[in-house]
Amino acid sequence: MTQLADLATKCSPNWCPGCGDFAIWAAFKNAAVAKGWDNTNTFLTAGIGCHGHLLSFTKITSFEGLHGRPVPVATGAKIANRNLNVFAFTGDGDSLAEGTNHLIHACRRNHDITIILHDNAIYGLTTGQTSPRSPHGFKSKSTPSGNLDNPINPVTLAIASGATFVAREYAAHIPKLSDLIIKANDHHGISIIDVLQSCITFNPGYAHEFYQNNTYYLGKDFDKTNKKQAFEKSLEWAMPTGRQGEKQIPLGIFYEVNEPSYEAQIPQIKDQSLISNPPTAKDITGLLKKYT
Amino acid sequence: MDGVFKVKIGGQAGQGIKATGLILAKIATRSGKHVYTYTEFPSLIKGGHNLIQVLISQREVTSPSKKNDFWIALDQNSINLHLEEFKPRCGILFDEEKNYDLSKINKDANLYPVPLVKLAKSVGGSELLSNTVALGATIAILGGDLQIFKELLSEQFRNKGEKIVGMNQRAAEEGYNFSKENFKDKQQNVLAKENTSQRMVVNGNDACALGAIAAGVQFAAIYPMSPISNILAVLAANQEKYNFIYKQPEDEISAINMAIGASVAGARSMTATSGGGFCLMTEGYGLAAMTETPLVIIEGMRPGPASGLPTWSGQGDLRLTIHGHQGDFPRIVLAAGDAQEAFFLTMEAFNLADKYQLPVVVIVDKNICEDDRSFSIFNTSDYKLDRGKFTLEKQENYERYKLEADGISARTIPGTGNFFIANSYEHTTIGYDTEEIEEVNQQMKKRMTKFQTCIENEKTDSKLFGPEKADVTIVSWGSNKGSILEAIKNFPNANFLHITWMNPFPAAQVKNILEKANRIIDIECNFEGTLASLIREKTGIEIKDFLLKYDGRPIFPEEIIAKLEGVKI
Repeated sequence: MTQLADLATKCSPNWCPGCGDFAIWAAFKNAAVAKGWDNTNTFLTAGIGCHGHLLSFTKITSFEGLHGRPVPVATGAKIANRNLNVFAFTGDGDSLAEGTNHLIHACRRNHDITIILHDNAIYGLTTGQTSPRSPHGFKSKSTPSGNLDNPINPVTLAIASGATFVAREYAAHIPKLSDLIIKANDHHGISIIDVLQSCITFNPGYAHEFYQNNTYYLGKDFDKTNKKQAFEKSLEWAMPTGRQGEKQIPLGIFYEVNEPSYEAQIPQIKDQSLISNPPTAKDITGLLKKYT
Repeated sequence: MDGVFKVKIGGQAGQGIKATGLILAKIATRSGKHVYTYTEFPSLIKGGHNLIQVLISQREVTSPSKKNDFWIALDQNSINLHLEEFKPRCGILFDEEKNYDLSKINKDANLYPVPLVKLAKSVGGSELLSNTVALGATIAILGGDLQIFKELLSEQFRNKGEKIVGMNQRAAEEGYNFSKENFKDKQQNVLAKENTSQRMVVNGNDACALGAIAAGVQFAAIYPMSPISNILAVLAANQEKYNFIYKQPEDEISAINMAIGASVAGARSMTATSGGGFCLMTEGYGLAAMTETPLVIIEGMRPGPASGLPTWSGQGDLRLTIHGHQGDFPRIVLAAGDAQEAFFLTMEAFNLADKYQLPVVVIVDKNICEDDRSFSIFNTSDYKLDRGKFTLEKQENYERYKLEADGISARTIPGTGNFFIANSYEHTTIGYDTEEIEEVNQQMKKRMTKFQTCIENEKTDSKLFGPEKADVTIVSWGSNKGSILEAIKNFPNANFLHITWMNPFPAAQVKNILEKANRIIDIECNFEGTLASLIREKTGIEIKDFLLKYDGRPIFPEEIIAKLEGVKI
């Protein structure tokens, strides 16, 4: 079985003290230990941003790609080897700005991968510019007079795009996040977790206190299979509800339905993965006959 | 072009012009002839003006031609817009009931009025069937075998059922019989049968797809774009039978990243695009190089910049493929001169990508992609699939980017128990991020050493056609090859250097040949003469005489002949 020590690399985390990435990293490693994810069965991809450093600190075979592109790399790997357990780590700048297109299309295809979206509503690695998650009016290096753009809501976007497992968690709830990562990964089809995290260096408005004071869990009675209701619920984000003091950021699984994953629908890999046999030169004599 | 009979078919887009031309090409091929076809069409699906030229000969035909011996005119524009392409005694077959204005046609032209639509309707078909009637009528005039035509119709429409096959065959017969009865005195033997070894008719798009399948491709992600879209159509249609996966992605960025992901996971992977799509892919191009991921990219050129001329041919992307992406990294760039070269270079590209763990580009152009031509049937029996240094075993202390004398480290895949990070950041031998001076220098040198290993191990030669010593040496690349070979038939004192390895560039060999040349002419389909600039960069030889064309049309043999006559050799 995988032990926590097995997941350690020679690299020490270089995130700012207090960064939400520590918590996401810890939650993921706990899940890996619980489920035995290791170099014989699991593959991680990441884009560019503070989230991407996670790969260097986690001893599981991985691909650190380009800004916005962890999702297509993950889908390509999953199609090639459907036996691999594939995670795509990404950030709000990574997959809601540069790579939004890929995120939307991966959702509608229902690839059997798990996407963990590090959502701190800021560009941290480039030292503090407005992100697609930053609220209207947000002041930053790139928006000194206040952000004129309205934020994207990744939960709403994922549900609208056809994702079959959509959840939100707050990074510092480490045991709960571990459980959620396992649930997401057990799901057949695409799963996406919007992980709210603090960037204590560049985004003090979304500090831990903000999430602690404004989040609440969807109740046990919440119907995760009702898409319309999930969509409606997802729109709730610190918006005035008319009721003073009410927490306004729901956490938990918004939407979860079973539909055939993309990989399950490809006849060529029904019985075995594409790479279970090495590539071989093919005799195309029959094919060439059509050209005579 | 002596001994070559040139038929042009023109009509509206949607009338099946290209399909008709392709059937004529196959009839000629099955009758033992060599063929070349050249298509012209605007970027419209229906309503535009489409043309296909079919060149038929007892000898090899490698290029289109400006003038035609026979026209099948399925609309008025086919006549009006192309008067300069008719030979004086050109045959013109048209629908006698359409009242076309023929006043501008040379009085010596041979007219073949046929009631095309009427005959099509007589067998229960619509006006759409008139091309089959026209081809039947043409076969009779050119001395062809109706039976071969009927067989081809049967093969083409088999999936649509007996009724459709029968109707098409009757339409062909009606046209054939009409010509036999009405044009008894005006028949030729262009399509008379000869006994030769079997040939195939193929274009570059099909050839690239076939080459990929033969080379054992396992994953292809290709976003549609002219002129390469048919590569994906052929791959998609054959994926289940040959056990690989074609995926249409959301864009070219995703295409190349998916292909990289699949390749890292262990699949032989490819993508294909045109220049505009390659611009989007340049980001992933360097990613493949940095992570040392094998990848084959087919780049089908059309004139740019921007949307340019989508359905025409160009050669403006040489520097894009050699230099695209930031920083220094090894990449192999090959350029095919025809569909046969495209087939074999695609196969080779997969081995090169695996052996040197880098991206390999195979450049083609629209003329190669879409001009069908007869070739001997491709023989792949010599092909040895080579995955290079590759292991599925769990290794002690595995290092993905281990420093090796030849620059090539053993590759493995996720799931083998071997830990590595395929990293877009500069990395250590395991794949961890690094900014340490020594490690940074080691990894850059390691990657570039692979390029040297490639130069030492691969036969990167270019090809010289014609006499070793000549008064004029033409240097060129891509689809110009065919027209140049056709043109120099008339000039025993001219030779032709055809370059297929662009990067690494066969500098010593090219220098050796060009130093012997009395006069060099560079022929390219771009504005700046990019190959000439590359030759100057790599060999120091400055070429001062050019034949450049950038209007999207092919360089015709007639233009090269005029150029060679101008230099008085």
